Amino acid sequence: MTITEGVRSDKDATQAERPDFVSGPWQDSIDLRDFIQRNYTPYLGDATFLAGPTARTTGVWAKLSAMFPEERRKGVYDVDATTPSSITAHKPGYIDQPNEVIVGLQTDAPLKRAIMPFGGWRMVATSLETYGYPVSPELEKIFTDYRKTHNTAVFDVYPPGVRRARSSHLITGLPDAYGRGRIIGDYRRVALYGVDALVAGKKNDRAELDMEPSTEDIIRAREENSEQIRALKELVAMAASYGSDITKPAVTAQEAVQWLYFAYLGAVKEQNGAAMSFGRNAAFLDTYMERDIAAGVLTESGAQELIDDLVIKLRIVRFLRTPEYDEIFAGDPTWVTESLAGIGEDGRALVTKTTFRFLQTLYNIGAAPEPNLTVLWSDALPEGFKRFCAQVSIDTSAIQFESDEIIRAEMGDDAAIACCVSPMRVGKQMQFFGARVNAVKALLYSINGGKDEVSGKQIAPATAPNTDEILSYDTVFPAYLETLEWLAETYVTALNCIHYMHDKYAYERLEMALHDKEIIRTMACGIAGLSVVADSLSAIKYATVRPVRDETGLVVDYTIEGEFPQFGNDDDRVDSMAVDVMERFMTMIRKHPTYRDAIHTQSILTITSNVVYGKATGNTPDGRRKGEPFAPGANPMNGRDTHGMLASALSVAKLPYSEAQDGISLTNTVVPSGLGHTKEEQITSLVGLIDAFTSATGYHINVNVLNKDTLEDAMLHPENYPQLTIRVSGYAVNFVRLTREQQMDVISRTFHSH
Amino acid sequence: MPAVNLGLPSAGAAIALVDGSSVSSEQAELAELHHLEMEAIHNGSVASVHSWELVTAVDGPGTRMTLFLSGCLLRCQYCHNPDTWKMRDGLLTTLDDLVTRVKRYKGVFDATGGGLTISGGEPLMQPAFVARIFEECHKLGVHTTLDTSGFLGKSASETLLDNLDLVLLDVKSGIPETYKEVTGRELAPTVEFGDRLAERKIPVWVRFVLVPGLTDAVENVDAVAEIVARWPNVERVEVLPFHQMGEDKWDRLSLPYPLHGVHPPDNELQERVRDQFRARGLTVF
Repeated sequence: MTITEGVRSDKDATQAERPDFVSGPWQDSIDLRDFIQRNYTPYLGDATFLAGPTARTTGVWAKLSAMFPEERRKGVYDVDATTPSSITAHKPGYIDQPNEVIVGLQTDAPLKRAIMPFGGWRMVATSLETYGYPVSPELEKIFTDYRKTHNTAVFDVYPPGVRRARSSHLITGLPDAYGRGRIIGDYRRVALYGVDALVAGKKNDRAELDMEPSTEDIIRAREENSEQIRALKELVAMAASYGSDITKPAVTAQEAVQWLYFAYLGAVKEQNGAAMSFGRNAAFLDTYMERDIAAGVLTESGAQELIDDLVIKLRIVRFLRTPEYDEIFAGDPTWVTESLAGIGEDGRALVTKTTFRFLQTLYNIGAAPEPNLTVLWSDALPEGFKRFCAQVSIDTSAIQFESDEIIRAEMGDDAAIACCVSPMRVGKQMQFFGARVNAVKALLYSINGGKDEVSGKQIAPATAPNTDEILSYDTVFPAYLETLEWLAETYVTALNCIHYMHDKYAYERLEMALHDKEIIRTMACGIAGLSVVADSLSAIKYATVRPVRDETGLVVDYTIEGEFPQFGNDDDRVDSMAVDVMERFMTMIRKHPTYRDAIHTQSILTITSNVVYGKATGNTPDGRRKGEPFAPGANPMNGRDTHGMLASALSVAKLPYSEAQDGISLTNTVVPSGLGHTKEEQITSLVGLIDAFTSATGYHINVNVLNKDTLEDAMLHPENYPQLTIRVSGYAVNFVRLTREQQMDVISRTFHSH
Repeated sequence: MPAVNLGLPSAGAAIALVDGSSVSSEQAELAELHHLEMEAIHNGSVASVHSWELVTAVDGPGTRMTLFLSGCLLRCQYCHNPDTWKMRDGLLTTLDDLVTRVKRYKGVFDATGGGLTISGGEPLMQPAFVARIFEECHKLGVHTTLDTSGFLGKSASETLLDNLDLVLLDVKSGIPETYKEVTGRELAPTVEFGDRLAERKIPVWVRFVLVPGLTDAVENVDAVAEIVARWPNVERVEVLPFHQMGEDKWDRLSLPYPLHGVHPPDNELQERVRDQFRARGLTVF
C-alpha cells in the first residue's frame, strides 16, 4: 500500500531542502505511533530556549481579549441562530486575517456560536431564548416534525425506572439532550497522510464490510463508513474555503499545525460534545518543527508563534448551551484536552521542545483554562521538564497531572486524555460517556426504603425502611448494597438507550473517520459523592448515629455522637470503606450487558456537578447538611482532610485504578508559602509532591497554587481578573465565569497552608 | 491513629506527674496502671501525641511527617498551639504504630528529600521516645529533625543526638528578661543546648518569632543574632512573622490571650529584623 506517497515530494511544495522522515511501517498503514517513535527528538534540557510572543500573536490575542468582557456579561458574544452547523455550513471566519498564521473558526466570526440541533432541538431553543435570540419556526418544524433528534429518540425508549432516577437527581448529567463527546479523533492523521489517503483507507474498510453478511451490525458499520467518507470530503471542502489543499500530506511545520487544526475544527463545527478533546499532538508536531528548523526555514520564535496561534484558536472554541447544562459543567468548558509528555515504551521521554512550547503559551498569552493542558507525569521525566511543569503550575494553576505509569501500562504510549481523566488509545478507542450517579442519595434511599429523602416519593423499588433508634453498620450496609444493585442496572439501561440513539441520530462521523475500523469502546459510568458515602458509613460504624424522622416516618436528618475517622487523612479504617463501595459498584455495573459490547468502566469524577448534586441531596449521616455541595471528584470533604495535602492525596491514591479505569480525580489547593520560601524551593517541593503522589499509585491531581484572598478579591472585582484560572475537577475555568454559588464552593475548599 | 489501650478512661493522671502537676486523689487507686503508663513514657515505648501531619516546606527540608507531641513547660504569649501544653491532653500512641507510619511514608521522604520532624509541644518532654524513634528512623534511612525551644536540652541523651540530622531551634529572645517575659522561663538552657549542638556540629535552623512590641526591640534582636552568630552550624535563620491564627484556640481553651489586638509585623519591620541577622553573615528567610 502506498498511502504516503505525497510525503516524499516535499521539495515541490517549498524551496527548502528537507530530509525525508525516517521510514517504517507507518508508511504502509495508518500508524501514528510508529511515525512518532521513529522521528521524534526527545528534549532533555530546561526551558531557557523558549521564545516570548511575537507582536503578531500579542495583537491577535488583544483583539479577542477586548471581546471577552462583553461575552462574560451577556453569557454569549453572538449566535448564528439560523444555520444548523455542519463542517461546511459557515463561510470562512477570521479574527485578524493578515496576522493569523493558523486560520479557521467554527462560524464566520470569532466567538459567534453555532446551533447544533441534531443532539436535541429543545437544548437549542432554550439556549436561544435564554440569550435573547429568535427561534426560527422553520427550523423548529424541521427538527420536531421532519427530523428526529437524539434527545427525542432517547425518551422514546427510556423505561420508567430510568425516568424516575433521572428526575429525582439520582442519575444526573446524562448526555441525552446534548452531545456525548469524549471521543478524540486522531487529527494527526490528516497532517501526516492527507485526506485522500484516509479516504482510500476507509474505502478498503468498506470493501471488507461489503464481503460480510448483512447483519444489523454490519449494516450499521457500512452506513457509518459511508458517513465517515462523506465527512472527510466535507473536511477537504472546508479547508479549501480557507485556501488549503489538505488532500495531500502536510510538508511544512505550518502546514502540519494547520492541517491538524482543520481536522479538529471540522469536529467542533459539527459536534457539541461535552468534551471535545484534542489528543496527543506535541511530539508529532515537533517532528515537523525540528525538520523546518534544521532546514533553516523556521526559527524558535516562528515555531512558538505557530503553537501560540493554534492555542489562541483552541481557546475560543464555543458551544451554545443552556443554563442547566452550565450548572453541571460550569465556566463554559470545552475540554480541548491536550496530553503532554509521558515516557515511551522504549524508556525515552516523549518530551520535545514543542511540549515546552505548549506550556509556554500560558506565559505568552497568559493563563487560560483551555486548552486543558494535561501532563502525563512519571518520575522518570527529564528534570528540566518536571521543573518547568511545576513552575507553570505555580504561576498559572492552569495545568493538571495524570499518572503516565498507570496509563502507559493499560494503553501504551500513544494514549490521550479525553475530557478530564479518561484515558484512551488515540484513534483506536472511544467511550460512551455516562456522567454519574449520586451514590449519596442512594445511601439515603436505602435507609428510607427507596423513598426520596427530599420529596418523599418512591423512586427505588420499595424495601423495608430502617426503623432503628441507632443506625447499625450491619443493617445499613447490606441495605445500601441492595439499592446500589438496582441503581447499577437502571444506570446501564439508561446508558445503553442513550448511546444506541446517539450513534443513530448524532453520529460523530468526522471524529470516527479519524479512527481505525475496529475500535475499543468503553461504557463510562461514574460515581459522585464517594467521600460523603465513606464518611457516612464511618460515622455509622465508629460513632453513634441516630436518625431523625419526620411525621411521615421519613428519615430527614441524623444526630451524631462521638468521633469517627474521615476520608482524606490516610486512615485505613475509613479509606477502605471508600475502596469497598467503589469496587462493589463496579462489580455490579459489570453484571449488565452493554450496547456494542462496550467494556464497563467508571470514573470518580464530578466536573462541577458536585454542587448541583449536593443541592438536591438531603442531610447525610456524616453531618453534611442538606443542600451542601459534595466534595468534587474523589476529594475528601472540604476541611475534613486535616493531615496535610499529601495525606489527603494518599487516601485518594488508595482507590484502585483497575476498578475505575475511566479515571479518579483529585483537586488540591495549596497556598504558595505552603510550598516553600523561594520560587526554587516551591518548584522543588511541587515536583517532589507529584512524584510522591504518582509513586503511591495516585492517578490524577489538579494543583491550584493560590491564596484565598486572591479569590475573594476576584469575586469583588472580577474586572481585574479576566484570566484568573483555577482547576476545579479535571479541568480549569476562568474563576470569574463561575456562578457565585460555585465560586463559594471553591473558596470553601481546603487550602493546605503547610 | 489507634491509642495504646491501657483500659483507662484518663490517660491524664499519671502523665500529670510527668508534667509536674499534682495527682488528684480520686485517681490514686489507679496508681498501678498509671505506673505502667508512666513507665511506658519514660522508656519511650509510648508517646503522648497531639497530632501528626504531612507538611511541605516547613519544619525542615522536603515533605515531612511532623509529629506534634503533647506537653510543654513554656507558656509563650504568642503560642499558636496552646492545646499542646498539657501532656495529659494527648493521645497515648505506641512507638511501633508511629514507626509503621514513618515506614509508610519512606517513599514520600525519598521522593521529596524529606523525613520525620518531631515538634510539639516540647518534644524533649518525652526524650526517651524521641531518642528511640530517631534511632528507628536512622535504621530506615529516614532524615530526622527536632523542633525545640532547647529549654529541656539537658534531657537530650547522646544517643538522641547521635541520630539527629537537623534541629529547628527556637531562640525566642536574646535578652534574658525579655525571654522570661515571652516564655515564662530562662534563656540560658537554650543557649547551652545550642552550644552543645555546635560542638557536635549538628545542623541548626534558628527560628525567631517576631512580635511587635514584644520581641522586636533592636537590642533584643541583636542579642539573638549575637548568640546565633557564634554557632557555625547554623544553616539559616527563619524570621517568622507573628500571626493571630492562634487566638481562637486560646478562646476555646478559655485562656486569657495576652496578644489580643496585636498586629502582625509589617514588611518594613520584618526586613529591618532580617537585616540585623544578615549583618552577621547569616542566611535569612
